[in-house]
Amino acid sequence: MTKQPILEAEHLCIDYRLGNQWVNAIRDVSLTIGAGEIHGLVGESGSGKSTLALALMRYLAPNARVSQGDIRLDGVSLLSKSRPEMERIWGRDLCLVPQDPLAALNPAYTVGEQIAEVTRQHQGLSKSEAWSGAVAMLEKVRISDAKAVAQKYPHQLSGGMQQRVVIAMALNTRPRLLILDEPTTALDVTTQAVILDLFRELLHEHQAAALYVSHDLGVIREMCQRMTVLYCGEVMASAPVAGVYQRPIHPYTIGLLASIPRVEIGASNTRLPTIPGTAPSLAQRGQGCVFAPRCPVALDRCYTEKPELETIIHERMVKCHRWGEIDARTLPVDYKDFLAESKEPFFNAKRQSGTEAKQDVPEETPEYVLKAQRVSKTFGGRSLLKRLLMQPDSRVQAVKDVSVNVRRYSTLGLVGESGSGKTTLARCIVGLETADEGRMTLLDAALPPALTDRPAALKREIQMVFQNPSDTLNPYQTIGQMLRRTLERLGAASSPGNVEKRIAELLAAVRLSDDYVNRFPNELSGGEKQRVALARAFAASPALVVADEPTSALDVSVQAVILNLLKDLRAREGASYLFISHDLRAVSYLADWLIVMYQGQIMEEGTTEHVYSIPSHPYTEALISAIPSTDPLEQNKHIRLIAEPNQSTERSGCPFAGRCPRQIGRICEDEAPPWREAGDDHRIRCHIPLDELKKLQSNGTPVQAALDKVVPA
Amino acid sequence: MTGYIIRRVLLLGLTLLVTSALVFALTQIVPGDVARLILGRDASPEQIATFKAQFGLDVSPPQQYVNWLGRFIVGDWGRSFTGGNLPVRPLVLERLGNSMRLALMTLLLSVPLAVFLGMIAALRENTWIDGLVSIGSLAVVGLPEFVTALVLINGLALGVRELGLPSTSMVPNNTLEDWVRQLILPALTATFVLLGYIARLTRAGVLEELKKPYVRMATLKGLPRRVVIVKHVLRNALLPTITVIAISFGWLIGGLVVIETVFNYPGLGSLLVEAVKQKNLFLMQAIVMLVVTIYALANLAADLLYGVLNPRIRLG
Ligand code: SF4
Ligand code: SF4
Repeated sequence: MTKQPILEAEHLCIDYRLGNQWVNAIRDVSLTIGAGEIHGLVGESGSGKSTLALALMRYLAPNARVSQGDIRLDGVSLLSKSRPEMERIWGRDLCLVPQDPLAALNPAYTVGEQIAEVTRQHQGLSKSEAWSGAVAMLEKVRISDAKAVAQKYPHQLSGGMQQRVVIAMALNTRPRLLILDEPTTALDVTTQAVILDLFRELLHEHQAAALYVSHDLGVIREMCQRMTVLYCGEVMASAPVAGVYQRPIHPYTIGLLASIPRVEIGASNTRLPTIPGTAPSLAQRGQGCVFAPRCPVALDRCYTEKPELETIIHERMVKCHRWGEIDARTLPVDYKDFLAESKEPFFNAKRQSGTEAKQDVPEETPEYVLKAQRVSKTFGGRSLLKRLLMQPDSRVQAVKDVSVNVRRYSTLGLVGESGSGKTTLARCIVGLETADEGRMTLLDAALPPALTDRPAALKREIQMVFQNPSDTLNPYQTIGQMLRRTLERLGAASSPGNVEKRIAELLAAVRLSDDYVNRFPNELSGGEKQRVALARAFAASPALVVADEPTSALDVSVQAVILNLLKDLRAREGASYLFISHDLRAVSYLADWLIVMYQGQIMEEGTTEHVYSIPSHPYTEALISAIPSTDPLEQNKHIRLIAEPNQSTERSGCPFAGRCPRQIGRICEDEAPPWREAGDDHRIRCHIPLDELKKLQSNGTPVQAALDKVVPA
Repeated sequence: MTGYIIRRVLLLGLTLLVTSALVFALTQIVPGDVARLILGRDASPEQIATFKAQFGLDVSPPQQYVNWLGRFIVGDWGRSFTGGNLPVRPLVLERLGNSMRLALMTLLLSVPLAVFLGMIAALRENTWIDGLVSIGSLAVVGLPEFVTALVLINGLALGVRELGLPSTSMVPNNTLEDWVRQLILPALTATFVLLGYIARLTRAGVLEELKKPYVRMATLKGLPRRVVIVKHVLRNALLPTITVIAISFGWLIGGLVVIETVFNYPGLGSLLVEAVKQKNLFLMQAIVMLVVTIYALANLAADLLYGVLNPRIRLG
């Protein structure tokens, strides 16, 4: 039982130099990881989780230092090692699997070379031995045709393949400890599910210890045995995973888990509980509990006296003064939606601009804000330069004959993996791309495909919100200036007095106080920036807001705030949404109607409830199954899409064929599947009849993976 | 790939055509009669007529151009108006050879040193070494060439005497040793001009690459610092430098007027200036054609090399 743990960190403190003083970033963190154990490290951005993870490898930024504590690998302290000694440990005993594999691979060398150089360095293998070792490793991470893949350059591989390469690189030397730094964050859910399986299996096989850093509580639950929750550089709780999800004790953990939307919710009038406020910066941390300013059950004592990390039972540790009451269930920790509490009167520009008639449309009439019929968009073609360079024809039909209708005051959710064409479709609607074919109408007026052909009045009615608000906010304008410009540009306010009034109302609508008018974007947090972006999108009271992954770059607790806001704004401004996301949980929270896209085509559409319940299209089924769940009662599901999407343009059959776990034979490849009506306009496009699909899906038999190994696209 | 090269060469042909027409047009526009310029004010009308007839200047300007072009293409580059009316081609080609030698020598001296200095400055960012390299290279770039040249001549004067290096060249003999001796001072001067430029570029390139996650990854793979820098960082950091070296090559061939003059080095640049002064049309044309061609070929070579070294371009 008392086996030597592989990694031990004891009372680790890490400081940063800011100007000419040292600021304490990581405070008194202890953790141990045993052989074969995967330890989860959870935290939101700014919690210091990546700093800590790299520090455990004894890799610190030049302006950082370990001011206290110790790190031991197999009982030997790493802090006393010299740089050349560390170089012998890195890559051999202690390996990193980085967050963004493409950025972590050198673009100038083949992936085979980059794997082989590790064993050449550490095991003194010859060039050819190391190379064949690299190829063997690639086979081990289930890449078929590993020989060919080894010769490729990183940019030639898909995201999933790049991630496999990096895993192969890390496991090449049979390390003692792996640090996995958000290794699947950049991947599609379906690819993530496959990679997670691979991790679990390989880590088990190698009996390596691992630290799995992630902001995704679902992934942590699926991967780890133990987890540590980090907040503001301090450990809030550390415990076996099962217990945490069943009965979280620390208020922060409770809040995090509560703010994740669940696929099951569906009902559109619920609201997500949110954690109020934002995490303090390192320099602002007070005397007491770091979480106190945001904690719903904080006492006066919490502000003055720092709680100890106490062991409750069975390796379960928590840092909270009130854990006893929470554990005994005498103290409920309830997070309300803190935004809902502030009820400012809401300004409605529709009334002002004299278009209020829109709001009086009776609910029954099936009225559409947007109708897009048979939209197609093809990219590429062979430019002169490409023809000169003899590059192959790279045309990709991103959107293929797609029709979507957005009902008034509702949200259309558009889901699919990357490459499904969902973003292209949205951009065609907004006019950022010009559709090649198709007819669009907005509020019954014809909407020309090219932005330049659209009358200003129509442009005003469609606004877009992007994934990364920092890219769209001008850093040199204050929030006030920016909103003013937008209002003036769109001609949304008649007099200067009105402009100021509208700005105040917009800020109130996104729950930002008045003084934000004078702030610059770089003074805001990611969530606040996104709120400003929302205020801007709603400035001219558009009829349709197209939101492209608006919460994907945000932390869970911030995501909940934005999702709630989106819901409020829709109700009060009378707008409709086209909500695009790869996150089915976020979509299900907001959307009434869902469209599932695969390689430019619609596979299934229907109300959110219908799409999430059986029968589902096999692709939808796989997407839902791939979501790592935080629900302790939920079984792990077993549908894995191992093959990679096939991007070839000329296919007559079902686009999902070749990857579909329920494929029934040649017919899938040769013939386009028919639309099958499941009632209430719920439609599924598949060769399998609906009742059969229902039978297959209800008895929950695990499906055969379509292919054993992944074939490079 | 071959298609690409062929197109680039065709493009070069077009450039040459346009340039030559331009040069020709300019000589027509600039006031002053060639014959009078060369023969002097007192030349009689008969002398001028003979001169014009001898060089084919007695037809209309467009006709003159077409005639020149036709002969140029078949290899008859015409004769110089002055200096015993020697044929242009051997004269220019000899000067080109000299310029090439000087250019290559300069690159050989400057590129490795500049890359080294730039790399050191980047690795020691914000230390005194970095400061020294940065300020030093700025200062050298700002200095006019003749100043550098004079400083070198005077500064090294003593050493020059002892080594037997001439500070003013004579007509070069053809032994290798002579070449090295006569090349070093002008090449050093040109090196100083280029050095700062390339070093700063390298420094910026290395700094940019060092920030990228693959460098951290390479370090955490346990590769020694030397391997990380030389194999991983430099390989990517030097890509932009290649283009600059190609451009510099063009400048070294046709633009070293001052250095060639100061050191009395018989290169192409000073010959061009001479030709312009004399309105020595055929000579001028031939030199311009050569310089443009070399400039374009150096650029093509840089682009190809860039492609070879950068798989993202080579393999789409
Ligand atoms: S110590 Fe107090 S403020 Fe901190 S989490 Fe516990 S109850 Fe909340
Ligand atoms: S048509 Fe065939 S390949 Fe396509 S989803 Fe249905 S079963 Fe799968």
